[in-house]
Amino acid sequence: MTLAQSESLNFECETGNYHTFCPISCVAWLYQKIEDSFFLVIGTKTCGYFLQNAMGVMIFAEPRYAMAELEEGDISAKLNDYEELKRLCTQIKRDRNPSVIVWIGTCTTEIIKMDLEGLAPKLESEIGIPIVVARANGLDYAFTQGEDTVLAAMATRCPDKAPVVEAEKNERNAISKLLNFGKKKEEVANEESEYVDHPPLVLFGSLPDPVVTQLTLELKKQGIKVSGWLPAKRFTELPVLEEGYYVAGVNPFLSRTATTLMRRRKCKLIGAPFPIGPDGTRAWIEKICSVFGITPKGLDEREAQIWESLEDYIKLIRGKSVFFMGDNLLEVSLARFLVRCGMTVPEIGIPYMDKRYQDAELKFLEKTCKEMGVPLPRIVEKPDNYNQVQRIYDLKPDLVITGMAHANPLEARGINTKWSVEFTFAQIHGFTNARDILELVTRPLRRNNSLKDLGWDKLVKEEAKI
Amino acid sequence: MKLAYWMYAGPAHIGTLRVASSFKNVHAIMHAPLGDDYFNVMRSMLERERNFTPVTASIVDRNVLARGSQEKVVDNITRKDAEEHPDLIVLTPTCTSSILQEDLANFVERASLEAKADVLLADVNHYRVNELQAADRTLQQIVQYYIEKARKKGQLPEGKTEKPSVNIIGISTLGFHNQHDCTELKRLMADLGIEVNAVIPEGASVHELKNLPRAWFNLVPYRELGVMAARYLEEQFGIPTVDITPMGVVETARCIRKIQQIINAQGADVDYEEFINQQTLYVSQAAWFSRSIDCQNLTGKKAVVFGDSTHAAAMTKILAREMGIHVVWAGTYCKYDAEWFSQQVSEYCDEVLITEDHGAIGDAIARVEPSAIFGTQMERHVGKRLDIPCGVIAAPIHIQNFPIGYKPFMGYEGTNQIADLVYNSFTLGMEDHLLEIFGGHDTKEVITKGISADSDLAWTKDAQAELNKVPGFVRGKVKRNTEKFARDRNFSQITLEVMYAAKEAVGA
Repeated sequence: MTLAQSESLNFECETGNYHTFCPISCVAWLYQKIEDSFFLVIGTKTCGYFLQNAMGVMIFAEPRYAMAELEEGDISAKLNDYEELKRLCTQIKRDRNPSVIVWIGTCTTEIIKMDLEGLAPKLESEIGIPIVVARANGLDYAFTQGEDTVLAAMATRCPDKAPVVEAEKNERNAISKLLNFGKKKEEVANEESEYVDHPPLVLFGSLPDPVVTQLTLELKKQGIKVSGWLPAKRFTELPVLEEGYYVAGVNPFLSRTATTLMRRRKCKLIGAPFPIGPDGTRAWIEKICSVFGITPKGLDEREAQIWESLEDYIKLIRGKSVFFMGDNLLEVSLARFLVRCGMTVPEIGIPYMDKRYQDAELKFLEKTCKEMGVPLPRIVEKPDNYNQVQRIYDLKPDLVITGMAHANPLEARGINTKWSVEFTFAQIHGFTNARDILELVTRPLRRNNSLKDLGWDKLVKEEAKI
Repeated sequence: MKLAYWMYAGPAHIGTLRVASSFKNVHAIMHAPLGDDYFNVMRSMLERERNFTPVTASIVDRNVLARGSQEKVVDNITRKDAEEHPDLIVLTPTCTSSILQEDLANFVERASLEAKADVLLADVNHYRVNELQAADRTLQQIVQYYIEKARKKGQLPEGKTEKPSVNIIGISTLGFHNQHDCTELKRLMADLGIEVNAVIPEGASVHELKNLPRAWFNLVPYRELGVMAARYLEEQFGIPTVDITPMGVVETARCIRKIQQIINAQGADVDYEEFINQQTLYVSQAAWFSRSIDCQNLTGKKAVVFGDSTHAAAMTKILAREMGIHVVWAGTYCKYDAEWFSQQVSEYCDEVLITEDHGAIGDAIARVEPSAIFGTQMERHVGKRLDIPCGVIAAPIHIQNFPIGYKPFMGYEGTNQIADLVYNSFTLGMEDHLLEIFGGHDTKEVITKGISADSDLAWTKDAQAELNKVPGFVRGKVKRNTEKFARDRNFSQITLEVMYAAKEAVGA
């Protein structure tokens, strides 16, 4: 290891031979989030096989998603795309009656150049259900970026004019409705005064409902009102986006959505670190406050209190090293949090790095590393898993955060792993859920504490070194 | 286009990868977009594989779309050759690469000039064959390649092994209970005094393939994988094939008798009748089981069977012929092999159902209302919904169908395992009925509910609603923790804020 410590983050780009989930996997959490939606993945058996296996038991719960499986006739254009899609969508309308059908374009529709964006408006007017097109394919995107393509497409569907005030209270805005649940009108009016007067703020990124509530309440404590979320619980409740509204992202993989909100909806993006870990949550809130000219209150104590409650877990990881192989774009935020917890991070693999959208998060990572006195990690975009495994053998990190393809083989070689996909499905945002991140990160280490002294670390025969 | 929620057999490349990665020191390179390497996850998770799955992707991205793969595939092949020194690299097309119509054969040719390894292009068409057919074809292709290579070099061994010997063809990774079946078959062969010349593809080295012709006969236990390779060996070397699946008491005996006939025809002098008799009557418990009063209770009970050809056919015969169970319908998703299946089972069931549509299967189950289902994981879930027990007998399967314990479906130990599976499925069903008749389990109210029973705390509506979102199995704990927290701090009302403050305080 070199002693010379570089002053700023070091970005590299490898071959892109790495393992990740196909971005169509986003249907799995988005159909659950948007309750009146139906996701139609237009692709081949390969896509279907992936979804079926990756989603495990969920597939049996009558999911509101299906494959439009392309057959040889579709590929060779013997069949008419429009007629075929109409037949399928009519059937979906009849069986499920959704408020929106989301078409997920795949590699195959890209290659045969099926004009989904062109077909959708025509079919939409014919069957009377909105059709949103998202090209979440493996040619262009990785894993969580699938959600980004869907939300970017949804952003263009948000209403652009707030309806009259009274109607808004009743119809729109799931959040205020949720918060005002069961309250009389005077109380609501009373509550309005708890908020500081600031321009409307809409947050984007799909999170489980409890986390939405938590983050909304967190901002409410600062007098900031969340006017809406993209996505909302129902497609019919998409938030109003007028020109000049402020928007803030809650996840690091939403750069297209951010771009769409800025360029097409003329919203102002608040570029902040992401509310992952107590440090991230605080920085996120502070940045939003600063944009609205609010002095945040009580954040010091709140953050300190959370850190205190995490101490038993942090004890386990302090001074240990963690290697991110990279597959879901949460890596930078998680690494920054873990550095703050006292870990060192030799490498952050990441599928794609939007240095503009993640700017604040990257600066925050740099700052955190300097404050904690640890070397800056190398950030490897489009990593090469084979090379990474060689580096892992050399570095012998205490923990590797990686996909399932590598987890068992690494464990068998005595290297602790945490399966990265869990971070996308667990609740990790806000102050309240910081413990859940550490619960995941420390699990292999706690497992080791229970199993130590058994002498079962390495369970493969020594391979011949070449 | 077809509206599909679920499929029974995977895409073609999965079959190729299953065969390639079953061999020792064979590496597969997929010509595929990012995310198509999901096979590695399945192998690593389902089989709890300790080694890295020898499959990598040569990624098809925008650049490839624009200008073709050019050097990329060749580079990836030669790179893998240098890194891992495999004996063979199998270039595997996917659905995406099929429509790109790049000249993969040309890449293979160029790469094999540079690479030390042999390089093959898997010859499968994505839009015409499924996982099973592709696996069968790939195995045949690899066998043929190495036989021809040895022949060219004059390295094909002469003659047969001294003692009667067998090639067991078709054991592969991610196959339903394949590892256990393989062990059981080897045991059976040992009991019969037959040497195992080779097992392919699982665990075999491609260098051994040239020795295949030394065997006296080939045993192909599964209908889906190995038939083509066995046929090739039969054509080339006249090696006879035994393709009777030794699953169930009667079929195992039939398989053994066929083996006897085949090796006696080649000059052996064996009589396995005594062995069959001994095993059937005293070693396997299945024959005795079908005589016992337990099994008597199953007489005439209705069952339905669905799965791949091998398992569905064998199961149907076992249920009907060996246990006296009424198989209302038996079906398979191996549409391409429908004729064989119908011929196998038609005398053992009322109706034969051949479809890939899980909806049709679900409906057919609902219509019949059987006492038990024997099917795939999908049928298990249909059973759950309809309250009908299900024994899983075929892929598609989940991690729980890759048991660590010894659970073959074949041979004499297999008959025991199947008897257990059948019996447990039915008794559970019976128990359920009895419970219903007698008013369910003893459900005396629990009197002491602990701290949350006499709650004096008021939950606001939104907090209550939030609580209800907590999954059922931890809700009680969350409620208790929150109320304890509130009590400690003298809150009389529990709001959302209190709830989350409590969560933070307790930690989870």
